Amino acid sequence: MILEIKNVTMRFGGVTAIDNLSFGVKSGEIFGLIGPNGAGKTTIFNIITGNYQQTEGDVHFLSESISGLKPNIIVQKGIARTFQNIRLFKSMTVLENVLIGFHNQMNYTFFEAVLRLPRYFSNEKRVKNAAMEILERFGIAEYADYNATALSYGNQRKVEIARALATEPKLLLLDEPAAGMNPNETQDLSNIIKTIKEEYGLTILLIEHDMKFVNNMCDKVLVLDYGEEIFEGKPADAIVDEKVVAAYLGDFTHA
Amino acid sequence: MVIEKKHFIQLFLFVVSIWFIWFAQNHFDPYTVSILNNIAIFAILALSYNMINGIAGQFSLEPNGFVAIGAYITALFLIPTDTKIDMFALVDPAPSVLAMHLSFLPALIMSGIVAAALAFILSVPVFRVRGDYLAIVTLGFGFIIRIFAMNNPKYTNGAMGLNDIPSVTNLYWSGFIAIIAFVVMINIIYSKFGRAMKAVRDDEDAATAMGVNTFWMKTYAFMTSAFFEGVGGGLMASLLTTISPNQFTFLLTFQLLIIIVLGGLGSMSGAILGTILVMGGSEWLRFLDQDMDIFGYHTGAHPGLRMVVFAILLVVMMLFARKGLFGDKELTEIFKRTKK
Amino acid sequence: MDFSTFMQQMVNGISLGSMYALIAIGYTMVYGVLRLINFAHGDIMMVGAFIAYFAHANGVPFGVSVVIAILGAIIVGILTDKIAYKPLREAPKISLLITAIGISFFLENLFNVLFGGIPRAFAAPAYLTKVIKLGSVMMPVTVFIIPIVTLLILVIILWILYRTKYGMAIRALAFDIPTVKLMGINADFIIMIVFAMGSGLAAIGGVFYAVSYPSIDPLMGIIVGLKAFAAAVLGGIGSVAGAVIGGFILGFTEIVVVASMPELGGYKDAFAFIFLILVLLFKPTGIMGQDLDRSRF
Repeated sequence: MILEIKNVTMRFGGVTAIDNLSFGVKSGEIFGLIGPNGAGKTTIFNIITGNYQQTEGDVHFLSESISGLKPNIIVQKGIARTFQNIRLFKSMTVLENVLIGFHNQMNYTFFEAVLRLPRYFSNEKRVKNAAMEILERFGIAEYADYNATALSYGNQRKVEIARALATEPKLLLLDEPAAGMNPNETQDLSNIIKTIKEEYGLTILLIEHDMKFVNNMCDKVLVLDYGEEIFEGKPADAIVDEKVVAAYLGDFTHA
Repeated sequence: MVIEKKHFIQLFLFVVSIWFIWFAQNHFDPYTVSILNNIAIFAILALSYNMINGIAGQFSLEPNGFVAIGAYITALFLIPTDTKIDMFALVDPAPSVLAMHLSFLPALIMSGIVAAALAFILSVPVFRVRGDYLAIVTLGFGFIIRIFAMNNPKYTNGAMGLNDIPSVTNLYWSGFIAIIAFVVMINIIYSKFGRAMKAVRDDEDAATAMGVNTFWMKTYAFMTSAFFEGVGGGLMASLLTTISPNQFTFLLTFQLLIIIVLGGLGSMSGAILGTILVMGGSEWLRFLDQDMDIFGYHTGAHPGLRMVVFAILLVVMMLFARKGLFGDKELTEIFKRTKK
Repeated sequence: MDFSTFMQQMVNGISLGSMYALIAIGYTMVYGVLRLINFAHGDIMMVGAFIAYFAHANGVPFGVSVVIAILGAIIVGILTDKIAYKPLREAPKISLLITAIGISFFLENLFNVLFGGIPRAFAAPAYLTKVIKLGSVMMPVTVFIIPIVTLLILVIILWILYRTKYGMAIRALAFDIPTVKLMGINADFIIMIVFAMGSGLAAIGGVFYAVSYPSIDPLMGIIVGLKAFAAAVLGGIGSVAGAVIGGFILGFTEIVVVASMPELGGYKDAFAFIFLILVLLFKPTGIMGQDLDRSRF
């Protein structure tokens, strides 16, 4: 198990957002977190990434506890994420956005940057090449020097995933990656995700509402409702499980 | 490093600047030279102020505090011992003060280092927490420095200030340091540190989610700003040859704020252009502070009207022209970036 | 220091603390609702003091002058929001802060141009400058009136916040503006009320200040404003009760520490700064402890 959620409970004041949740993600899996809106899916993401501190329970990554660690440390441990509402750096180009992902992979000090010593040049060159490679893999290398906000929504989502990939993660958290995409873009996206998973040896945990996407992508899903697990298993089985159907009130025609 | 066309432009500008400094220092009249010195020093301050406010996006009101520190430190290092003994009127100067002797460049560097160290000390309480406390803390810091200077006459000669500061500053010093400051800022911006600072500015939480240590990025920016503000203060002390606690008020910070907003928050070339425009404009608008004859009606002298106009200008800019002249782009980028 | 002097200083401290408290409330409410440090708030206090001064100097009875000052300050506060802050609600935070500084600088210099920078003596009416004797302690009656009025005002504010629907809307806005708007509440109107309340209180604080230290000048708002904000942070930014507690602690400390250790007199104005740094280092949420800036994920 690359990621283990152990009896995690999250309370915000009087509201229990997550109730005694436990699950594990195997290395190399594509694991889906699904459930009606407000079920607590993004909250779990925020707990994993260290933005929220769970009220009870523990989170283990690669067999060590990451509870209480700062978010930027958790990134260095190998967990990267994207956001539900795409949060690209609006003043920067596509390439610059991806370069931020490489921030910790560039090994030169502040003074080496100021004085333009050789390590600055060698690192910048190496990383720019690596960044362009990722952009090529996503098919958006031509937009490298465009301001990030100038791209189409689908391409912006790709930039966000590319940026997360630049942090060299072992586990990638994708929060509704297919949101707002048409069927073509969604298909394109699932192909890309599968490709990068193989090429970069990733494990993927994703939140999604688009059931066709989930069916296509996920080895396994966990269904959350009101912060509790109501089903864990194969996507095809999830759709017919009566508790799951009740939670969604039969609304699986999404997508 | 691959040599590109832009390097030739940069080299050209560099050579022209050097020539201009030499030419102006040797051929212009003293009044013009003193204005140019002022512009150069303010340019250094504006470039610095732009780093924390414009690049890192952290609203700060620090300049007058660090400039004061730099001015006092350089002054104390430069003034000869005998002069110190004569000048300190209220109490005898402290032995440590009497022992302070350095030539100009080391004195300026010490000014910068002390300012940067104080900036780090302020960073710890302010940048570790969320919220916009930097502005209030730096505003208070400026006051505290003044209170300290007033209340410690054996170090600072209290309200009397320091006089007879050796006049070393000339256009070579101020001009060269301005060029160095500009290059340093640009080198930071076009590096992982500058990009990370901008990421913190654009979306601090997303920056953290990408592994950026936002505390250190903000702190680096703040310390860099402080360093050059300290150096600028030292240059100013030697230019004015006399400094006092009441000289480094919020007004100085406010002028720099207008400069960087006008030039474009986040643009170093904009900061330089802003400095020239605001210093020039400030001189031109001096008439507002004097008696004006409007169609035969005499307004009487109202010192401060000029500042009222500047304040209105700032608010109007924020409401209607927030990006200033260059936005957050450098001069070279404006011509290049057509793909928006 | 003997007991009567000590008592005198205690009461002075409470009096000064009340003034800080009144101004701190305005800072904390605006910050709570807009996450904005309204730098111009201290200057609104100055505006209130000046309006009261001019009304009274022109023969208007003192009580009426104060009312006019409150109304004037409320108008300035509301106008500031409408003209300068409201258009920037969706803009990056730094734009708003720069604008606030601009308004602050504008007010200071405008009043400087209009009325000159030389401090003016504020002529308070006789019934306020009367000195009374308690045991061996002699104190102006204002030293009692000010804290009592402040506490009354605090009670009223808390009643508004917790017992009226507008107060509830204000508290809701502190958590989440978009959601509040979705509930059909006119957020801009509520924000206007917040500015009105804060400005009115600042004006009262300004009048108290003018009566206690009988001189006013256009720059009086800066230092007092800075300290009042520090007091608000000390008490817990966003909490009205906290602002009052912070104000009293600060006022108290300034007077009593300097009275006990006169050699620290020149550093009186630095205490607020020290409190601020200590709070940020050890308990950023302040005494009342609300975490307003939890990241929005």
